Amino acid sequence: MHADEQRQTETIIRTSGVNVRKCMKCGKCSATCPNFAEMDIHPHRFVSMVEEGDVAALMRSKSLWRCLSCFACVERCPRGVEPAHLIEAVRMEVIRPQGGNRLRPEAVPALLDEKIPQQLIVSAFRKYSK
Amino acid sequence: MKFSYYPGCTLKTRAAELDEAARAAAEALGVVMEELPEWQCCGAVYPLARDELATRMSAIRALDSAKQSNQPLLTLCSACHHVIKRVNNDMRTDADMRTKVNTYMDLNSPYSGETKVVHYLEMLRDTIGFDKIKECVINPMSGRKIAAYYGCMLLRPSGVMQFDNPENPSIMEDFISAVGALPVKYPYRNECCGGYVSIEARNVSREMSKKVMNSAVRRGADTIITACPLCLYNLNENGTGEIPVVYFTELLADALGVKTREGGLVHAC
Repeated sequence: MHADEQRQTETIIRTSGVNVRKCMKCGKCSATCPNFAEMDIHPHRFVSMVEEGDVAALMRSKSLWRCLSCFACVERCPRGVEPAHLIEAVRMEVIRPQGGNRLRPEAVPALLDEKIPQQLIVSAFRKYSK
Repeated sequence: MKFSYYPGCTLKTRAAELDEAARAAAEALGVVMEELPEWQCCGAVYPLARDELATRMSAIRALDSAKQSNQPLLTLCSACHHVIKRVNNDMRTDADMRTKVNTYMDLNSPYSGETKVVHYLEMLRDTIGFDKIKECVINPMSGRKIAAYYGCMLLRPSGVMQFDNPENPSIMEDFISAVGALPVKYPYRNECCGGYVSIEARNVSREMSKKVMNSAVRRGADTIITACPLCLYNLNENGTGEIPVVYFTELLADALGVKTREGGLVHAC
């Protein structure tokens, strides 16, 4: 494993608070994910790929921007693994470094409409930028 | 009964009707909602990363402010409730986080999760009681078929939220019965609307919001109620448009006859 990838894996495990070894590979997290069709790497694979230290692919994954934080996987995991926390921790590894922001303030005016709630803008900034 | 009240950013702007109807109804029901003197936006999403401390602090300030008043903290927006309730749980259960946060914030006394966080629906159920609300209804919603949309944030994760059964909730249906309407149960009532992802992938929210609305319509609903401004936006803007989506407090204020507060007077029940 590349030294960077090893460090990133350690950070992801620490910031997520997830114990990937609790996973018993039942696949319920991906089966229950309402946005399964939009994801290139599915929630159960986040768990096994972090366990294997294979996080570079996760950091390039489209799934980082498609997890809804709906907590369906967290609620229904029979082992309490919390896959959504891992996805968030990988996303943090991507957006925390300089220049890593996905959503920039300059882009916001074009996204607005008359009815858009502040809650949506704030949520998106919290999820996509640091 | 008196509560400290945390409205949140959206209830002061786009979702003003959620807040105004709640205040009018509470007044009629004899509940005092004392808005926190200084509150900041909760951040709208709970920080899942364990090392995110700064993004938890506005919730902690609100919780500590309620603690100073010795009152439970009442919330209304699903997102605010979710964030504040979960951060409160962190402060109660995570000693490391509690130490770091208290060292940094330097409050009058350390905060350790003492405040009780209560959603407005929980207040209706547990403080007032749905039977009492039934007695206070002067404009029953007879003949209406109303579908409750729970979404995600009130219910999950159930271990922390402890709001209702996460897979088969009933609090909103009981509320609908209390105002005299027929509650419509439908399969998608606790599925996601697409949430914040709609900002960059509206197609995701369209797909999900349509499923939710179609599911409610197939079961015969004429209206959907929600407690969340983002759910309301997604369902109304990205759904099929077949039936209206309104805040549950609007329905309550209507049933209690306090929907319009001309002259600022609300008759007490």
